[in-house]
Amino acid sequence: MRLPCPYCGERDSREFTYRGDATLTRPAVESEMADYVYQRDNPLGWHKEYWLHTVCRTWLAVERDTRTHALGPVSIARCERVGS
Amino acid sequence: MRYSLASVLLNAVSGQSRWSPAWRSPEPAAHYDVVIVGGGGHGLATAHYLAKHHNVGRIAVLEKGYVGSGNVGRNTTIIRSNYLLPGNTAFYELSLKLWEGLEQDINFNAMVSQRGVLNLCHTDGQRDAYVRRGNAMRLNGVDAELLDADQVRAFVPFFNFDNARFPIKGGLLQKRGGTVRHDAVAWGYARAADRRGVDIIQHCEVTGLRIDKGVVTGVETTKGFIGAGKVALAGAGHSSRLAAMAGMRLPIESHVLQAFVSEALKPMIDTVVTFGAGHFYVSQSDKGGLVFGGDIDGYNSYAQRGNLPVVEDVMESAMALWPALGRVRLLRSWGGVMDMSMDGSPIIDKMPVDNLYLNAGWCYGGFKATPGSGFCFAHLIATDQPHAVADRLRLDRFAHGALIDEKGVGAQPNLH
Repeated sequence: MRLPCPYCGERDSREFTYRGDATLTRPAVESEMADYVYQRDNPLGWHKEYWLHTVCRTWLAVERDTRTHALGPVSIARCERVGS
Repeated sequence: MRYSLASVLLNAVSGQSRWSPAWRSPEPAAHYDVVIVGGGGHGLATAHYLAKHHNVGRIAVLEKGYVGSGNVGRNTTIIRSNYLLPGNTAFYELSLKLWEGLEQDINFNAMVSQRGVLNLCHTDGQRDAYVRRGNAMRLNGVDAELLDADQVRAFVPFFNFDNARFPIKGGLLQKRGGTVRHDAVAWGYARAADRRGVDIIQHCEVTGLRIDKGVVTGVETTKGFIGAGKVALAGAGHSSRLAAMAGMRLPIESHVLQAFVSEALKPMIDTVVTFGAGHFYVSQSDKGGLVFGGDIDGYNSYAQRGNLPVVEDVMESAMALWPALGRVRLLRSWGGVMDMSMDGSPIIDKMPVDNLYLNAGWCYGGFKATPGSGFCFAHLIATDQPHAVADRLRLDRFAHGALIDEKGVGAQPNLH
């Protein structure tokens, strides 16, 4: 699997660190915190997730099909407020 | 037919013509008292112990593929109970005790082989952690032995002991651990459950749960609606999809784990060894193939195949520990979908929907837990009370902070 970094081009997945579900938004109230930390949609199919490009230290928001590992749109995470 | 010396002799003199299929292939009835979703090791074990120990009426197991097609036929066949934390230690020890009596219980040769499981340590800190774990095990009545470097060398002399970066400083040995023929576990439990009247319905995928006023009343399947007094979910890597049918999310991510087998070799290793400095563990099957595996790929996946970096990582670890493998050819690799929980420990609990039960979150330790999981899940389904050794494996432990986190890495499933 190779991931396209907007700065570095397509790079081997070993250069990246997986950082999980990118659709979560930190809640404002304590009572919703457990759900935020622990509960996941865990979809079969398209999944929006964070990958850290360890080389250039850019956080990416990647859409990837969990059935096939096929990639969809990739964006720089800080340029979009995902899930809000 | 019960398997025995008499049945072997009878078939020997009758041209092997008296054998019957190991289990029936019935069409689903309109209603069962208990429907178990998932005909893997855990689902079949649950059906067996339900039928054997509890009087719950008619039981069905629904399997979307065929028996043995999922993780029960994809694992690396290791059994052990070397766990540190309360909530795990007693549970896995019950499971190991059930393994020890399994073949007599289900009248099936599962090739249970207590050849020992040795965890190698390579640093002083790692040895301290193993001392602590071994002591916790012995305090709980589980066997554990700490070996120093010389004892490891005498036990498994063929490893690279002079690796400057990863010297072998010792190991934690559980002699009662070992391996079991995984397919035979699936077949044996299926046959034993079938002989007690359980309907095992293969190629029957559950597509929805019918829930009426907060009570589950049955399952929608590819073979039509099946009514159920109780529904028990044992869907392993697809547990989140089953929970979604009840409108729930789980503290689980699905990840792919790869495993490997080499070409058949003469006997090389008579135990199970885990490398403590990398992701590699190895045993040898009775056919001669070296069976080994590593860590999960580390990203959400429902694909039963992984990627090459983990393959390379496992092979590098293998070469670091055991340079003699350098000329061995790899025969196959494959992947299975793991239900990675947020603390690395499983869940056996009731769901917020009445009469709906959950068995999930086995991470990549599900195979060794098969008998214990089935035994405790059956107890929960039949009595609505958790079994004493599984009463910490609760679904609500995450909200309450009562995590069972053996690795201590927090809510990052790809690190457990």
